[in-house]
Amino acid sequence: MSLLCPVSLGMLLATASGADVAASLPALHEAVQAAQSSADNAWMLVSSALVLMMTGPGLALFYGGLVRRKNVLATMMQTFVLMALITVLWALVGYSLAFGEGNAVVGDWRYALLRGVDGIPNPDYAATIPHHTFMVFQLMFAIITPALIAGAFAERMKFSALLIFMALWALIVYCPMAHMVWGKGGLLNAFSGGVIPCFDFAGGTVVHITSGVSALICALYIGKRHGYPSPNMKPHNLVLSFMGACLLWVGWFGFNAGSALGSSALASSAFVATHFGAASAALGWMVAEWSRMGKPSVLGAISGAVCGLVAITPASGFVKPLPALVIGFTAGVICYFMVASVKQRLGYDDSLDAFGVHGVGGTVGALMTGVFATNAVNSGLTDAAGRPLPLGLVDGNAAQILNQALGVAIAWALAALGTFVILKITDALVGVRVSPEHEIQGLDLSLHGEEAYNFEV
Amino acid sequence: MKKIEAIIQPFKLEDVKEALKNIGVEGMTVSEVRGHGRQKGHTEVYRGREYQVDLLPKVKIEMVVPAARAEEVIRTVIQSARTGKIGDGKIFIYDVVDAIRIRNQDRGEAAL
Repeated sequence: MSLLCPVSLGMLLATASGADVAASLPALHEAVQAAQSSADNAWMLVSSALVLMMTGPGLALFYGGLVRRKNVLATMMQTFVLMALITVLWALVGYSLAFGEGNAVVGDWRYALLRGVDGIPNPDYAATIPHHTFMVFQLMFAIITPALIAGAFAERMKFSALLIFMALWALIVYCPMAHMVWGKGGLLNAFSGGVIPCFDFAGGTVVHITSGVSALICALYIGKRHGYPSPNMKPHNLVLSFMGACLLWVGWFGFNAGSALGSSALASSAFVATHFGAASAALGWMVAEWSRMGKPSVLGAISGAVCGLVAITPASGFVKPLPALVIGFTAGVICYFMVASVKQRLGYDDSLDAFGVHGVGGTVGALMTGVFATNAVNSGLTDAAGRPLPLGLVDGNAAQILNQALGVAIAWALAALGTFVILKITDALVGVRVSPEHEIQGLDLSLHGEEAYNFEV
Repeated sequence: MKKIEAIIQPFKLEDVKEALKNIGVEGMTVSEVRGHGRQKGHTEVYRGREYQVDLLPKVKIEMVVPAARAEEVIRTVIQSARTGKIGDGKIFIYDVVDAIRIRNQDRGEAAL
């Protein structure tokens, strides 16, 4: 962009004849656009790959380490298979239902079979990157979101039921929610004429509330694991979980900073907020656990970091670094008490705490976005004269907290209702839960015919 | 011949092995086992859920020695494995009827 600064243009004009300059301007303009497009596209392709890395191996390792030894492959498969299944669905109809213009709630069929999705940018969403890039970036979000739910029914869901459940969930819950928040004309899309302007930069409602609340419904519907809470349900390998959590942290830069849809200053701001949120949430959980239980656990520190990443997701492109620290720390402490205290008291078996981390962290983050969102970070919303509008409470727009709450409520309702219906359908078709014999034997052997660790001679 | 079976703290294995080598004990079998005697287990906490772990990791050393050497071996194990704290382990002694070296069918003490 610096090529276009007035000084260099002035010098150009002074040293060449007027006609030559006039003739060369369109070419120059095109070259500048191409340069920006290349830069944005490079970052967005890297971001897309980073977000895929969050699912596999990030989430697969994180969840795989938390289950018992007999279920680690089945748990990793539950996330890996979505990299395949959701991708195919996305090409057929998913992308179109999420990002086709459609109505305020769901998209239409215009991009079915990826018709019209090619190398030419779609200015409705991202004017500087190929439509292909935008489509594949969004696909990575559609993959990880249902994968998060798998934490709730780990160690006891049939694989066939998982495939049916996830396919239906992607179409019935994810696509409408993504459309409402990010789709053109969506009900909650603050930047594209939404009736309820809700700020969700990278998916606090779309990704984390939907998956977290759906996880709670799944845990309640499918019931506790056989023998829960018996003493042998310890995580079998926290080293795997540790590596998974660190990969999630790195991948999340693509998730949040990539949601700027270009390699802009906004991307840098989201990158910084993401990192700060994760760091202070790790400390938040650690301090809460240390003071309550007497020891700061490793699982606690990495779980706290993930909670912070979840909570900062909706806020990342709207808040300054210090509010990011506040959001992260708050989420770390609240999620700790949800998982370590409230869940134990209520007695449901959300096995890997998909609700406690994603549902609760996402809700905390979405609401706090209404407090700390500021046009000093994101000037995308302007009045008729082009002046940036106040965003959150810190800008003097207290009403935004209500908008955020409405967005949260809609995400909760859609996820809870949709998941319940989908579970009923899946149960009627194939049965949701494995037999007690299979559950005791372990899903690796009973569903997949393999064992993870073959150390014996 | 006597079989001496010593269940000891895992971190004492190297000391015990070294001490036995120094008095000329030729062979032993070592396994990682779990168990408990009077020692209480410990508590582990994962995301606020407490698990009482009562089977603790131990190391079991088995060796068969001529009866005349048994007391010396036992003394050596005690000296090298003892910390004086609860959880140091136990030693069990059995009479052995016979021993056979599979390679050449040596029997009795010659097979040790």
